[in-house]
Amino acid sequence: MADAATDTNTPYAIRTYSPQRLKDALHKMFLIRKFEEGAEDSYTRGLIHGTMHLSIGQEASAVGSCMSLSDEDKITSTHRGHGHCVAKDADLGKMFAEFFGKETGYCKGRGGSMHIADPSRGNLGANGIVGGGLPIAVGAALSAKRLGTGAVTVCFFGDGANNEGAFHESLNMAAVWKLPVVFVCENNRYGMSTSTARSTAVKQIAERAAAYSMPGVTVDGNDFSAVTEAVDAAVARARRGEGPSLVENMTYRWRGHSKSDRNRYRTKEEIAEWMERDPIVAMSKLLVDHKILTEAEVGALEEDAARIIREAIDFAAASPDPKIEEATRDVYTEGAAA
Amino acid sequence: MNAQTRTEMRELSYAEAIREAMDIALASDDRVILMGEDIGVYGGAFQVTGDLVEKYGTDRVMDTPISELGGAGVAVGAALTGLKPIFEFQFSDFAALAMEQIVNQAAKVRYMLGGSVSVPLVMRFPAGSGTGAAAQHSQSIEAWLGHVPGLKVVQPSTPEDVKGMLLAALEDPDPVMIFEHKILYKMKGHVPEGHYTTPIGKAAIRRAGKDLTIVATSLMVHKALAAAETLGPEGIDVEVIDLRTIRPMDRETVLASVRKTGRLICVYEGVKTLGVGAEISAMVAESDAFDFLDAPIVRLGGAECPIPYNPELEKAVVPQVPDILDAARNLAEGRI
Repeated sequence: MADAATDTNTPYAIRTYSPQRLKDALHKMFLIRKFEEGAEDSYTRGLIHGTMHLSIGQEASAVGSCMSLSDEDKITSTHRGHGHCVAKDADLGKMFAEFFGKETGYCKGRGGSMHIADPSRGNLGANGIVGGGLPIAVGAALSAKRLGTGAVTVCFFGDGANNEGAFHESLNMAAVWKLPVVFVCENNRYGMSTSTARSTAVKQIAERAAAYSMPGVTVDGNDFSAVTEAVDAAVARARRGEGPSLVENMTYRWRGHSKSDRNRYRTKEEIAEWMERDPIVAMSKLLVDHKILTEAEVGALEEDAARIIREAIDFAAASPDPKIEEATRDVYTEGAAA
Repeated sequence: MNAQTRTEMRELSYAEAIREAMDIALASDDRVILMGEDIGVYGGAFQVTGDLVEKYGTDRVMDTPISELGGAGVAVGAALTGLKPIFEFQFSDFAALAMEQIVNQAAKVRYMLGGSVSVPLVMRFPAGSGTGAAAQHSQSIEAWLGHVPGLKVVQPSTPEDVKGMLLAALEDPDPVMIFEHKILYKMKGHVPEGHYTTPIGKAAIRRAGKDLTIVATSLMVHKALAAAETLGPEGIDVEVIDLRTIRPMDRETVLASVRKTGRLICVYEGVKTLGVGAEISAMVAESDAFDFLDAPIVRLGGAECPIPYNPELEKAVVPQVPDILDAARNLAEGRI
């Protein structure tokens, strides 16, 4: 890879990451896709109640944005957060168990789809409130700066959140205090049914970075290498102590907002057009074109991901439910001072 | 006078006691930071932080922008990741802007995540009426937060307690909301030196009595005590309980007192309806103490209106000593 590493015509991800890490990245993208499909299927079969927000079509954004993070680095996520969990190395069995509401789940069945977190991997959790994770990410960055841990926080949020006050307050404080946080907007064009064109006064959300004196860049969020290049630069800047950045990944969710979505605000043609821009197909092609994987090896990665998800679902299905009498456990810390 | 006696006699104002607690915490634990609007060189709107910024610097006594929602959220995030923030709202009313982070995040994160994290966050709320600041700077919103599992909500009424409860809050792994009545800030009282804690969730019997129980919160404790002093010579022996914590509430202390006296008045500044007194009353009504009641329970709370500006109106809409006297006499003399 020495030649590729110095050839600037070679895509950033190929230049920067080892073949193994790139294979792992594609594997994670397959895991996200299979996870979401497995969740949808489980819902249809009545194994999951409640709702869910699927991120099929957004896999490059989730995985690409976490490439340069370690377990010490933090992320905050959104209601559409399954992909972020997988990107941050969550255990698929515990994720599915949480979906199924089981005691073996990440949140012991108390959180469900919208609250999966894995603090041991730096994943501070999905969030059911649009914009809820933004100031929390800034707080995590404040801790990192104050405690000198060197950790960076990547804050995922959607286009809908950029019109919340929390977005503006958070970006302002992060800039004023020069905190190591990277705001990653996954712009999938709709906050539920309302398009950014109808909701947002700027054309690109990255433009809003200027108001807070931080770099803002818009990239093709379905292009793994483009996402990685933009977010890695922002993470490096944060690590150097130069403060926050905003990266806007343009992407698209193939499914509706949630299970209640009748898709009346977008056309079949638009959805089909974006499905043509499948980030997993693009990533597979990238790795095949650069002879990192063969077509057959891509197929094997996909099959392996499908197997892992099947096993995760089996684990979840076989897991015990929480005990009713323990419904009020973990509201407060047991044995606490008071 | 020996040293110990001097210590026992030492008096501080309520605001000074809070500052001393924060000073002790900042000095002893690097993870403690103060956050809030104008708490640095300004010293806080009520001069509670005072000159702490000079001693600890702007990295630990942090002025936030006027961003209550964002600031509260930053404090939540910091608490989740290793710091122990003490977040000051300039007025408790402004917490309405931050309710999302307090109620949906701070209170619930631990539970939502299956107990894998805790949020060691302390928030301070200058509260209450009596300063002529009108409807948006005078509310008593503690019952709003008292309704939220995951939070602990305290209302210390003395300098000694506010110091001890703040230090207890810092040792608590869960979010603790401290409501500080603004009228109390200048009140002086005995405050022990050094580090000590006052337990969260324990009421204090401020005056023992046998005829009538008054359960009061915050500033109302002092009004209840004043009323009790007047009532004593009239032959009405009042027990005054300072509830101190509204979540979790000290059920046993209240019930034991009611069993003894058979009469109960709840006095609190928040709006009477659906307030702290409703919970106390229900707690008694649902228990065996109900059988000991010789008269209906009386609640004295805030009127059904925002806090008005006119000073006479402002006084009229929250319980005052004469209101407590009237209620106590009516109860004791069997008119209720």
